[in-house]
Amino acid sequence: MSSNIKRAVSLYSYQEEYFLRKMSLEECIAAAAATGATGIEIVGEQSVLGCPKTPSEAFIEQWFGWMDKYKVTPVAHDMFLDYNKKKGHYWTDEEAVESFKKDIRFARSLGFKIIRVIVNTTPQIIEKVLPFAEENDIKLGIEVHAPWNINSAWMERHWEVMERTGTKHFGFIPDMGGFTRRLPRVQIERMIRNGADPEIAKYVCEQHEKGVMAEYTIYEVSKMSNRRIDMVVAEMSRHNTFVNPLSLVPHMDKIIHIHGKCLEMLEDYTEYSIPYKEVINVLKKYGYNGYIATEYEGNRHIQDVYEVDSVEQVRRHQEMLKNYINS
Amino acid sequence: MYEKYMIVPERAKKNEKGFEIGARLPYYRGVSLSMVEEIEVSLDGETLPQSDVVITVHGNSYNLEQRENELDDRWEMGEVATLSVAKESDLKAGEHTIGLKINLRIGYMPFPSIRVAEKTVVIG
Repeated sequence: MSSNIKRAVSLYSYQEEYFLRKMSLEECIAAAAATGATGIEIVGEQSVLGCPKTPSEAFIEQWFGWMDKYKVTPVAHDMFLDYNKKKGHYWTDEEAVESFKKDIRFARSLGFKIIRVIVNTTPQIIEKVLPFAEENDIKLGIEVHAPWNINSAWMERHWEVMERTGTKHFGFIPDMGGFTRRLPRVQIERMIRNGADPEIAKYVCEQHEKGVMAEYTIYEVSKMSNRRIDMVVAEMSRHNTFVNPLSLVPHMDKIIHIHGKCLEMLEDYTEYSIPYKEVINVLKKYGYNGYIATEYEGNRHIQDVYEVDSVEQVRRHQEMLKNYINS
Repeated sequence: MYEKYMIVPERAKKNEKGFEIGARLPYYRGVSLSMVEEIEVSLDGETLPQSDVVITVHGNSYNLEQRENELDDRWEMGEVATLSVAKESDLKAGEHTIGLKINLRIGYMPFPSIRVAEKTVVIG
């Protein structure tokens, strides 16, 4: 069963090389395009100096020049709300809305049609900014990132805004990290390098894979060890959730974009932790036709001892998506 | 995250006030300077007062108070900033152990984002 699901790459995936100035912004775009992906996502405050200020005319021209040259389309910009930007002051809703509007102007100036809304954004803020998003034809997507899932209490409140307003400009952006069936091996190994007990780590991984509720595992580990690092390993089971991919089904028409999280792409084109085939089969069967944007994030767990090769990790992830989407 | 790259030893040297090191923000995006809650430098195990640290990003320098109030200028992702640390006593040229703790206020994180690093650097 083929599908209309489209493939994008978030340039966030190349953060290691970009951070170390081994790849320029143009080289990130070129690498994304070379995988066959047709869409580009960015974390604006990572990729563009001064973001969320609207970029200069010269940058905008260069940006669209790159889009033409590499035959890709701007898809999504990921925004943040720095509520506590000023020490000792928590933003009012009005201040948050003003910041949000800057991101909408930024996204529009570079041709993005979707904004990934950071998960701590309240439903009230969304409602206040929605008319401006509609005017600018920018779709807002609240990111459903583990440990939240699409049916969490917080997401139910956002869902209620979507239902009540009937808007076409607000929906969900699930992150595939919400389907972590096995705990990420790269992360576990890093914890062991940092001093975690390998036996406890093995136990936590086994319990997680069996679907045992994290609270049980955390309590059991608290009896085995009084070291904080072992508890952090146990708590990984709470943070890296797995829920049935069918949980997406009732919300399919509200899913506007998807983050294809990956931490370790294997040589056989599978992701170590996330059963992508199962999730993509659900997306295909129930008619999702937006983008899945590769979001490689394994670098942070291996950079202490290994050379990071984000380009290869993204390439494998895109190959995997292509196989599952078209099979 | 990025602890390994926080301290940039090639940029370490003595200066007229004490010494300076290069530093990268341990985060995947740039942030306004006001969000950098703490920059704590230690020298050979001695923690130095945070009020003695001046940060310079792309030519603009900020002391602690100025940094806390700087809502616009940003420490960009991967940008090597200079941390200049006042140190009265004469610093011996040669190898020193530098410690660096950076604490960021990130709105969506339920706890402070604290990263620490340590490196042996040559301060000439």
